[in-house]
Amino acid sequence: MLNSINREDIAQYIAKDIPEGSYVNLGIGAPTLVANYLPKDSEIILHTENGMLGMGPTPPPDQIDPDLINAGKLPVTEVDGAAYFHHADSFAMMRGGHLDICILGAFQVSIYGDLANWNTGGEKDIPAVGGAMDLAIGAKKVFVMMDLFTKDKKSKLVEACTYPLTSIGSVSRVYSDMAVFEISKNGTKIIECFAGNTPAAIALATGLNFI
Amino acid sequence: MISKITPSVQAAISDIKDGATVMIGGFGRAGQPVELIEALIAQGAKDLTVINNNAGNGSTGLAALVGAKRIKKIICSFPRQVDSYLFDDLYTKGEIELELVPQGNLAERIRAAGAGIGAFYTPTGYGTSLAEGKEAREIVGRNYILEYPIHADFALISAFKADRLGNLIYRKTARNFGPIMATAAKISIVQVDHIVKLGELNPEEVVTPGIYIDRVVQVTERVWMKDGKFIGTTKENL
Repeated sequence: MLNSINREDIAQYIAKDIPEGSYVNLGIGAPTLVANYLPKDSEIILHTENGMLGMGPTPPPDQIDPDLINAGKLPVTEVDGAAYFHHADSFAMMRGGHLDICILGAFQVSIYGDLANWNTGGEKDIPAVGGAMDLAIGAKKVFVMMDLFTKDKKSKLVEACTYPLTSIGSVSRVYSDMAVFEISKNGTKIIECFAGNTPAAIALATGLNFI
Repeated sequence: MISKITPSVQAAISDIKDGATVMIGGFGRAGQPVELIEALIAQGAKDLTVINNNAGNGSTGLAALVGAKRIKKIICSFPRQVDSYLFDDLYTKGEIELELVPQGNLAERIRAAGAGIGAFYTPTGYGTSLAEGKEAREIVGRNYILEYPIHADFALISAFKADRLGNLIYRKTARNFGPIMATAAKISIVQVDHIVKLGELNPEEVVTPGIYIDRVVQVTERVWMKDGKFIGTTKENL
């Protein structure tokens, strides 16, 4: 039986791994929680794909500006030193390797760094990809934040993704609710176990070989 | 004297014909040229191919154009949203065609069209189902796919201020697709909050030079703005 930590705790753990001075994109959903735990005394610049660097926190309700939103279309603010740019520039920033870190959610990640996070491939599902493929191939480091198991107890870290791929070999780390995994050309290594879990128990439950 | 100022949104979009390809600016609601879209719905053009990042939110603007069944095909990156029910319904019934493009490839294909680029190799999407049927090539150890530009007959965009030459400045993240769509269409039409006198826009701050713009139309200032200044919002006026 494995133990898990909650999403806020994962977000807090990721935040401490982001070096001062980094340019970071936080994906839609759970990764946005990381913003709440970035150290107040270090300067980290947040990028949002819809054309802004220097994204700040959610405004109070009377200060919501519909012209100032994030990739999830939620209201945000600008910090001093913010900059706006058009969509082609925003994605050139990603594709051109200028972002230090992006943090994405995932349906599956393979131990070779393949990512599946845009489509479950269901016949009735409406596919939507957004900026996921661009972020996944563009940022210098791609961190994934996800639960290690699905609700029906299947490992989301896998030998090979069965869902449609977002990118090949681009994930560098997986921060899950049970452990943190580092992915390299040589294989995947467990670098931290949470809540008393052991590497042996993680290997047994996922059925994967780690280095 | 050059003047691109057009008296009304109706006049600005009157020559959009059935079957036209129309780029529509905006990311969600930010930067969406809602008044131009409403005029296009009233004008009646149908069988349109529309390029936008999304497929409409709620029941206004682009969503209303979808709901009025004027769109034959939509080219976008993110159609599925919590409030994209009008698109979801037509798509599920097979009444609207979807070309799904990763957002950065969508933006670059639009930019390429405006910049006269014939095609380009991009790493985004390589090895995924969205690259199926596309030429792939390894260049200096990295894998790319070939993507072609997207041209349009018309671009409908929204900006903050314009002068009579069509020089534009935008406001915050409402800029998004406006500057690139303005370059990629035969006729680019912009709705703005304010038309200012020639010389009032600082040339160092112009984002879209007027050469890309054909028609400028002024619409009522947005409800969260007064005299060009942000005044805050309430739930009622959003």
